[in-house]
Amino acid sequence: MTLSSVSDADTSTEKFLRGKYAVCGIGETTYRRGSEESTRNLATWAIGNAMKDAGMEAGDIDGMLDYSGNDSTFAPQVANDLGIRLNFYMDVHGGGSSTEALIGIAIGVIEAGMCKTVAIYRAMNGFSQVRIGGTGARSAVPIAGDQIHHRAYGWQSAGQMFAPSFLRHMYDYGTTPEQVAAVKVAHSKHASNNPKAYYKQRQTVQDVVNSRIICKPLHLLDCCVETDNATCIIVTRLDRARDCPNPPAVIQSVAGRVCKPRGDIHLHYQGGPISTVAGHYAKDIIFPNAGMGPKDIDVTGSYDAFTFTAMLQLEDYGFCKKGEGGDYVSSGIIELGGARPNNTSGGHLCEGYTHGMSMVIENTRQLRGAADDSCPVGPDGKKQHTYDYAEGGCRQVKGAEVTCNMGWAHPGTGSAMIMAKDAR
Amino acid sequence: MPIKGEYMGMMLTIDDVDKENREFFGHCAKGDFRLQKGKESGLLRYPPTTACPWTGERDYDWVSVEGKGTVHSYAEVHHPIQPAFKEKVPYMVLVVDLDAQKGAPTEHEALRVAGNLVTTDGEFASPEMIKSVGIGTRVKMVFTEITDGFAVPHWMIDEDADQPESPWRYPQE
Repeated sequence: MTLSSVSDADTSTEKFLRGKYAVCGIGETTYRRGSEESTRNLATWAIGNAMKDAGMEAGDIDGMLDYSGNDSTFAPQVANDLGIRLNFYMDVHGGGSSTEALIGIAIGVIEAGMCKTVAIYRAMNGFSQVRIGGTGARSAVPIAGDQIHHRAYGWQSAGQMFAPSFLRHMYDYGTTPEQVAAVKVAHSKHASNNPKAYYKQRQTVQDVVNSRIICKPLHLLDCCVETDNATCIIVTRLDRARDCPNPPAVIQSVAGRVCKPRGDIHLHYQGGPISTVAGHYAKDIIFPNAGMGPKDIDVTGSYDAFTFTAMLQLEDYGFCKKGEGGDYVSSGIIELGGARPNNTSGGHLCEGYTHGMSMVIENTRQLRGAADDSCPVGPDGKKQHTYDYAEGGCRQVKGAEVTCNMGWAHPGTGSAMIMAKDAR
Repeated sequence: MPIKGEYMGMMLTIDDVDKENREFFGHCAKGDFRLQKGKESGLLRYPPTTACPWTGERDYDWVSVEGKGTVHSYAEVHHPIQPAFKEKVPYMVLVVDLDAQKGAPTEHEALRVAGNLVTTDGEFASPEMIKSVGIGTRVKMVFTEITDGFAVPHWMIDEDADQPESPWRYPQE
């Protein structure tokens, strides 16, 4: 088999699955610090909301996927609580590159005839139990084998591990702290119009660069807000999704856990350039498979564990030229009212940390024209959006037809998905 | 028997079956920085792996490599995560391009070896010393013993090397 025939054999959505599957239901809990709930209870809460959103009962769902770092409750228990009999489930290890990847897996198992409808969830007490950037017991656990090469150096949390890539981008391309801070400014603007966001206050560039340094180049306000929550996305075939009460968000292409070459326990530092991230490779899957390019995207959902992660991905997926991510995110394009808003819910930086799920949920709402802002509800039960993005106002993007989500595990691994409004 | 040693308030363990790490840290304990070299590819690799990333070959030799290089990038931690590091802030984690095999086998590859910035005595660098180090700084390796037969590599400023006039640092101090 030659390399070119490997590429031909790729089960791309271009040939087989583009436009055949959809997100038909979305659900979430509140975003809080201190849920006082088990992850099991959070999971059933979010899945229940997604089932209501999809107009589904327990018998309509027969597949379940979830992901965690052993800080959650697994699918069989959660399904049993809800009276769901499963024909398929899988509990997957992973973080921020999981959402889109699991949606792709859901499409695959439905296509294989293994089940009909899959509920994907992430339930986490990301603040009160397992805090990724936390200083509690988790940070002092015994360290074995490969981990010695980083943890022994006090190089452990996500921000600490990613920092050399972020700094190198500044060195390679002249990116400034003020440019990158614009990501927080934009997302905080969006969160101010999101009643469920944990941080609703608008922030300025000066607020960000004057907040205390956590790990250079990250200030406190460059980092996301760890919260307790659960989130759920229901995936099914488009024809079935059309029977649901809300308009389907039709999946055009998916890329799952795409890696840079020469990954290692330090993430991606042996290969290079280290100021390039996995999106550089994932873009060559999602755009050809969807039959479109970055210019066709109306709304982006670029993973914002940090301001820098959102910027690096927008750049490497081709929304701007390589090296111009700082200009792009500080140009106003990514703000509501701009040409291509990013993370219109406020994202991980402001709404709450969900390991990527909430960004797909938000883009589903955008494609429905149903952003859950403070705009009034009309007699037809639908939001009457004002498109006035002043504080406390609207956060629906006018004419949102195509969205792109970009999930991030670390600089060397990412996932992505393009969704579109149902053309019917 | 696993090798165990306490360091910075953490228990570090290397299992019996973890041959690659036993060898790597064992050599460090002798003050000898060794990396695996693929027999076919002739290429060095770091951190330790079970096969050559260029050929997939499982056979290798441990060869001594000079612990000298240039800072490629870094993390400068001001808010520590691990308890024992609280007394050490700010501290630097350096990602260092070794001179050996830099830019090979492809342009952007290098053996990028991590470690903290330490003094000649192996103490964590002072805030003043940290301010003198950035991308481009020339550094050399020093070892910190964890226990018998187990040491980890760190980096110190190479006083004998030609240093850049002003290494690149994050613009806010």
